[in-house]
Amino acid sequence: MSEHRNNSQKMTYREALRAGIEQCLNDDERTFLMGEDVGRYGGCYGVSKGLFEHYGAERIIDTPLCESGFVGVGIGAALGGMRPIVEVMTVNFSLLAMDQIVNSAATLRHMSGGQLNVPVVIRMACGAGLQLAAQHSHSWENLYAHIPGLKVLSPATHNDARYMLLQAIKDLDPVIIFEHVMLLNNQGEVFSEPEADMEKALVRKQGRDITLLTYGGSLPKVLMAAAELEALNINVEVVDLRCLRPLDTSTILASVKKTHRVIIIDEGWKTGSLAGELSAIIMEQAFWYLDAPVQRICTQEVPIPYPSHLEQAALPQVEKIISCAQRLFEGKQ
Amino acid sequence: MNDKLHLDKAHLLEQLKQMLRIRLFEEKCAELYTQEKIRGFLHLYIGEEAIAVGVMAALSPQDEIVATYREHGHALARGLSMKSVLAEMYGRTNGCSKGRGGSMHLFDKKQHFYGGNAIVGGGLPLAAGLALANKKLKKTAITVCFFGEGAVAEGEFHESMNLAVLWQLPVLFICENNRYAMGTALALSESEINIAKKAQSYGMTAVQVDGMNVVNVEAVTTKAVEHIRTHQQPYFLECKSYRFRGHSSFDGQLYRDKEEVEQWKKHGPVMQLKRWLIQNHQLNEKDLNVIESQIKQEIVEAINFAEQGLWEPVADLCKDVYSPSIQKINGKADQGGLA
Repeated sequence: MSEHRNNSQKMTYREALRAGIEQCLNDDERTFLMGEDVGRYGGCYGVSKGLFEHYGAERIIDTPLCESGFVGVGIGAALGGMRPIVEVMTVNFSLLAMDQIVNSAATLRHMSGGQLNVPVVIRMACGAGLQLAAQHSHSWENLYAHIPGLKVLSPATHNDARYMLLQAIKDLDPVIIFEHVMLLNNQGEVFSEPEADMEKALVRKQGRDITLLTYGGSLPKVLMAAAELEALNINVEVVDLRCLRPLDTSTILASVKKTHRVIIIDEGWKTGSLAGELSAIIMEQAFWYLDAPVQRICTQEVPIPYPSHLEQAALPQVEKIISCAQRLFEGKQ
Repeated sequence: MNDKLHLDKAHLLEQLKQMLRIRLFEEKCAELYTQEKIRGFLHLYIGEEAIAVGVMAALSPQDEIVATYREHGHALARGLSMKSVLAEMYGRTNGCSKGRGGSMHLFDKKQHFYGGNAIVGGGLPLAAGLALANKKLKKTAITVCFFGEGAVAEGEFHESMNLAVLWQLPVLFICENNRYAMGTALALSESEINIAKKAQSYGMTAVQVDGMNVVNVEAVTTKAVEHIRTHQQPYFLECKSYRFRGHSSFDGQLYRDKEEVEQWKKHGPVMQLKRWLIQNHQLNEKDLNVIESQIKQEIVEAINFAEQGLWEPVADLCKDVYSPSIQKINGKADQGGLA
């Protein structure tokens, strides 16, 4: 890796997100942050803490509780020449704004014959793990990754938390960014620049035996499993998708062609999941390279329950990844 | 009535002509629909022409329009060419949205015409957002948002009214109250059938106007636009009107009596103005024939234009789902919202 790695800084994922927002606000006067409690309160998860005091009410806009209304306003403001960052407090509330995102933001460019474009960024917290129960623990990245016209990012590392927003705000099309709540407090390294274009998947760990495909909040679990598997003499490769639409198919396929075995780890429910889509892509384009059926580790098909032991049982876990990898690897012997 | 409105014969004749353009154009569209030249949904504006024509006459070229799926009239009155509108309805590449949108999705960036939204209420937050951008960029342009009274029952109506007043956005809301949300009568969908009164409760000026009288609509709009530009505040007009045709081409109109329709037709916007002009010796049959034949000629030309339009090659199916990369378009990336 190049020298930007030498100038790394330690910070939390939350601080990395905040630094990204600050840079966007500093770089472009047309950018403003808008959302529920992003200003005076400092953001539901504290991401925008302190920004209101520094940038003022014109650029850090507290909105009423009206997801469709303010997301639509963000889309309209983008049409009108601004570069808004809209925070939907959590993905759980985004269904209320889905009409604006799907029927307006995603369609306007194509439907207008290319006359219009919608340079808006919509950030949402997502994921389970905080014992918030069934209505506040969703992983709906795939709902948005299903929609042509949108770009969907899932920063899993601190460096991506720091820089993906900057890449997204320069994009001329609507970009949705998912920020997994379990990552927020983690300390990690931030370099002096992004590691890659936002639409590129990255190999986070090289390996030869099995490819572990994942994104977002599951990446730390997968890397942990990878380290433990190393001790068991199973050398896995970890691919961080980073961008869920468009998918960087070539990076995915290159890894599959190298290892011939794949496990997909996805916090979404299995039925109709992104994992299902990835599996289908691999079947279609790399079937003859496979030495074993593609495996999926997804969330159990149940509304996420409140008690910790049940919540954890529902989610993809390190142990599940390890035992799945062991089974696949045994087949290889 | 606003005394600043300059009413002269030429202007009134022009307004009549604009309404007739929409009327005759749409009558032809209904015919072309039965010939299957136009497909999909076709929502006719017949009976409501005075609203679009009256409102557009009070606007500046830089003002922005957000309309509904019943927007042929708005597009024509705004200045989109009849050719480009009809070609769009034919689905051809010489249409105003390159044929991608059809009747419900007419766009024209040059005319600041932002569609053509086929989700009831969907345009309201967008219009508020365009107005927010104008306010932030300190532009004098205002945003005008058309919607039917059916949209008033949607959550987005409430959200957008609240935001527009809360943030003092320069937006003009035009509720085209044609009394039926598809087939559901006003009294069956609204707890308060005085829509202006409902809007007032958000803390903005909201008035009712006879939406069948083009002069009244223009006068009230002129006043509203001036207020918005001066005070940077939203303003609300409820234009009371009536749709003479069905909701769309598939509507059997079982929900209303023929007699009711006939009663409203007597007050139709075109007939009203025509009658007044004739009674006051400002228009005779000969002048009217000249106007009508000009419009018919325009329609013939529009049909020729649409017929000659090319189909988009299937190879271009996925073009413009995303913008070209920033590198490819160089400095143009800085022109916000403009591809």
